[in-house]
Amino acid sequence: MADQVLFELKSVSKHFQVKNAGVLKAVNGVSLTIYKGETLGLVGESGCGKTTLGHTMVKLYKNDGGMITYKGRDIWDFNRRQNMNYHKNVQIIYQDPYASLNPLHVVRQSIAEGLEIHKLYKGKKRTERVMELLRMVGLNQEHANRFPHEFSGGQRQRIGIARALAVEPEIIICDEPVSALDVSIQAQIVNLIMRLQREIGLSYLFITHDLSLVKQISDRIAVMYLGAIVELAPAQSLYEHHYHPYTSALLSAIPIPDPEVEKKRKRIMLSGDVPNPINLGGGCSFRSRCPKAAKRCELECPQLKEITPGHFAACHFAE
Amino acid sequence: MERTKAWKTFPFAKLERSGMEAEEMVRPHTSYLKDVWRAFKRRKTALVSAVILLILVVLVLFGPMMNPYNYYSNDYTAINSPPTAQHWFGTDTLGRDLWTRVWVGGRVSLLIAILATLFPFLIGMVMGGISGYFGGKVDMIMMRCIDILMGIPAMIYNILLIVVLGSGNISTLIIAFTLTGWMGSARAARGMVLQIKAREFVMASKTLGASPARIIFRHLLPNTLGIMVVGVTLTIPMIIFAEAFLSFIGLGVAPPNPSWGQLISIAAEVFKSYPYQFIIPCAFVSLTMLCFNLLGDGLRDALDPKLRA
Amino acid sequence: MQTLLKVENLTVSFFTQAGEVQAVRGVDFDIRQKETIAIVGESGCGKTVTVQTVMGLLSNPGRVKDGRILFRGEDLAKASRERLHALQGNEMSMIFQDPLTYLNPTMRVGRQIAEAYLQHNKATRDEAAARVLEIMRLVSFPSPERNMRAYPFQLSGGMRQRIMVAMALVCNPVVLFADEPTTALDVTIQAQIIELMNSLKSKIDTAIVLITHDMGVVANMAQRVYVMYAGRIVEHGAAQDVFENPRHPYTWGLLYSIPRLDAPGKGAMEFIPGTPPDLLCPPEGCAFAPRCKHAMNICAVRQPPKYTFGRAEHCAACWLYSEEAKKTYADVIEKRGNANG
Repeated sequence: MADQVLFELKSVSKHFQVKNAGVLKAVNGVSLTIYKGETLGLVGESGCGKTTLGHTMVKLYKNDGGMITYKGRDIWDFNRRQNMNYHKNVQIIYQDPYASLNPLHVVRQSIAEGLEIHKLYKGKKRTERVMELLRMVGLNQEHANRFPHEFSGGQRQRIGIARALAVEPEIIICDEPVSALDVSIQAQIVNLIMRLQREIGLSYLFITHDLSLVKQISDRIAVMYLGAIVELAPAQSLYEHHYHPYTSALLSAIPIPDPEVEKKRKRIMLSGDVPNPINLGGGCSFRSRCPKAAKRCELECPQLKEITPGHFAACHFAE
Repeated sequence: MERTKAWKTFPFAKLERSGMEAEEMVRPHTSYLKDVWRAFKRRKTALVSAVILLILVVLVLFGPMMNPYNYYSNDYTAINSPPTAQHWFGTDTLGRDLWTRVWVGGRVSLLIAILATLFPFLIGMVMGGISGYFGGKVDMIMMRCIDILMGIPAMIYNILLIVVLGSGNISTLIIAFTLTGWMGSARAARGMVLQIKAREFVMASKTLGASPARIIFRHLLPNTLGIMVVGVTLTIPMIIFAEAFLSFIGLGVAPPNPSWGQLISIAAEVFKSYPYQFIIPCAFVSLTMLCFNLLGDGLRDALDPKLRA
Repeated sequence: MQTLLKVENLTVSFFTQAGEVQAVRGVDFDIRQKETIAIVGESGCGKTVTVQTVMGLLSNPGRVKDGRILFRGEDLAKASRERLHALQGNEMSMIFQDPLTYLNPTMRVGRQIAEAYLQHNKATRDEAAARVLEIMRLVSFPSPERNMRAYPFQLSGGMRQRIMVAMALVCNPVVLFADEPTTALDVTIQAQIIELMNSLKSKIDTAIVLITHDMGVVANMAQRVYVMYAGRIVEHGAAQDVFENPRHPYTWGLLYSIPRLDAPGKGAMEFIPGTPPDLLCPPEGCAFAPRCKHAMNICAVRQPPKYTFGRAEHCAACWLYSEEAKKTYADVIEKRGNANG
């Protein structure tokens, strides 16, 4: 892996003002680095802020705290031309294949949108490029003039991938790209995403709630809980040793499709639900469900610390 | 045929395939419009209304040519004549042929109705699109302006405008209706844009670096169009009625140019003696309004994806 | 054990504008007392339509074309609407995927459970309230006395699903249908609900029909498994047999395309190519043939019959197990389609 840094996030925050309720700290001091050519998995349950973080990185939201740099430059500091270039290099694939395509545009138009915006490939070349993209994602010419509603979820997701690929990005943020799909289709899409990485050297930020899926594709994994990263480690290391009690609980909650294995597994049951993220006080945000919670967790918010080389966890008891 | 033979001889040999079978689309290709048309066809009342409206349009265009009379010359031999073989709808108090006057009046009424609906809708859609897309302060200021404008009763505002602009011609009426009518559609368009804006294809376009104009005009507004068409169809009858009302109180099209409202207004004075002069234009106004309303209802059902699934 | 419900050759079609969509194409299954079975399949395979039909919830333009639904010997496919109403929520009840759409947002949850109870039982207010408390304790609802006065929006997703379970169980149903009961929940909450449903098994006599796409959930809950594809059952048997010794190529694909926590590191996943068939015009042969790595000529034109294996009614509908093919493709069968299993 080349060690060129693509993205550097320094204590990024995004807070939303909720009417009559207070402040929702969707993303709260996240620091991350994404290197060229790697897949960074970002895992967390619904409402943990992982999607908000992804959307902030593609400039759908502006972070209110911290800094996001792309290749060393603040993404909010670009001039018009640099900004267009940023949008060309950083693409995103969305979760819902039914909402991510304009229902009035045929597939050809949807895929060509980026080419039109960035004035890439003219005339006949553009049509050829669209066909090439369709082939890359396993569809053919016959599909080019059809409307999104004629496709299945997996096919639509592939069209979404082709649209993102069209502008030849360097990194694609995958926002739960397979969680709306059936398992047999999930594997297709994941394989496609991985194959494209090998073929054209893409980098990914892969956002998902599925720890077993992210294991299959990531080099490093960040676990997020209530707006903050609680553990960050190389994939293999995370599954072998997990230092944060939330990671342990998450791993043990995933059912394995084998009754024999399941019978032997010990499960760490978390009590209760994720607390309401509005107006969280200080201290560790996981303490209300944590089996290890102590007085210290109420008073002091744990910071990410390096436990073993490259493996970080944010827990007072991790060592 | 080939496949049939192969399977009979070697039923258990490996199946030869191209690898794309599972991606094949068996359903016939349908476009959005085709789909809507198929759903619309099933709503018989709406279909009948559309046919009636079409006939009315043809009559409005060609009706006056079907007999030798024109709408302004008087036939003093047949004043207040009831419907006869010469004058199919009879004549009015000045001996003008009512058949011709009804269709020429229809031209004026329909022209005003259609233009005075379309203009405000176009303006409203753009305003609503901008307001909904940008949100924040832009949205707040635009919406407050609209609130204030909508607070003034439209009819009073209309009458004032006509008095200021000078009554009597078609363009005045259209301008007046446009100035008073765009706020409603701006609000409707804004509401829909707010909904569509949150959809992922709009976000995708944004992250591709699309300009606001591109997003508004290629993604947001086209997707509101379906519902807006319904709005247009349902607004036309209201404008027809408003025009008739204004003509009735003497603020509409100036004589001798007829409009449906004017015909009714003139005929109302002699209603007791010559009811047909009143009833015939009234019937056409009612029929047109009814048909537009039914058509709008049918379109709404046909365009609603939930009802079509 | 006594068979409670037996479905035979159930065939359901939806008559849409585009044509006849053959959603369920001859499904057989049965459930016995105190048993949990799972119907597994991808979206659109007809699993939900199947149970909706059994529950008498099939709505226009769907129609039962053929088949029998024998509930304790009574054919529900021919039963009157009144009879079905009397059964729904009483002897047969259902849990849905998304509790928020099935709970009335303006009614306190305790009252909603009570209403479900009073629909089928004559009881006084106090008796109903007592029953509500009892059932809320059964589903391990924290502080039921206080929480029965909560509105659905005040509860978290996991708690709402518990309310759904409580509502479904309040009349002591004979069969409980659970349609993707954990799909909308986060994994940590899913684990809680699975544990709840497993613990209920020891306390009540209700048989459970679990409908899901998640093999992991199946492995945790079911004794017997039915694998459904394109409106048909392609394989069924005891959970142990189906997981250890899957027979149908679709089951192979389904099992091996799931990312597993206990699998070794990063790498390409097994997958099933293509998309499930459009049931508006289902393929004439085996519906899985267009996506099957091992398809033979016959698969494209003839429906495979059911073949039975070993002990305890483990069946699969696949031509690979016919006398003629068995020997030729012995290695495929042996290695379960070459997968890493």
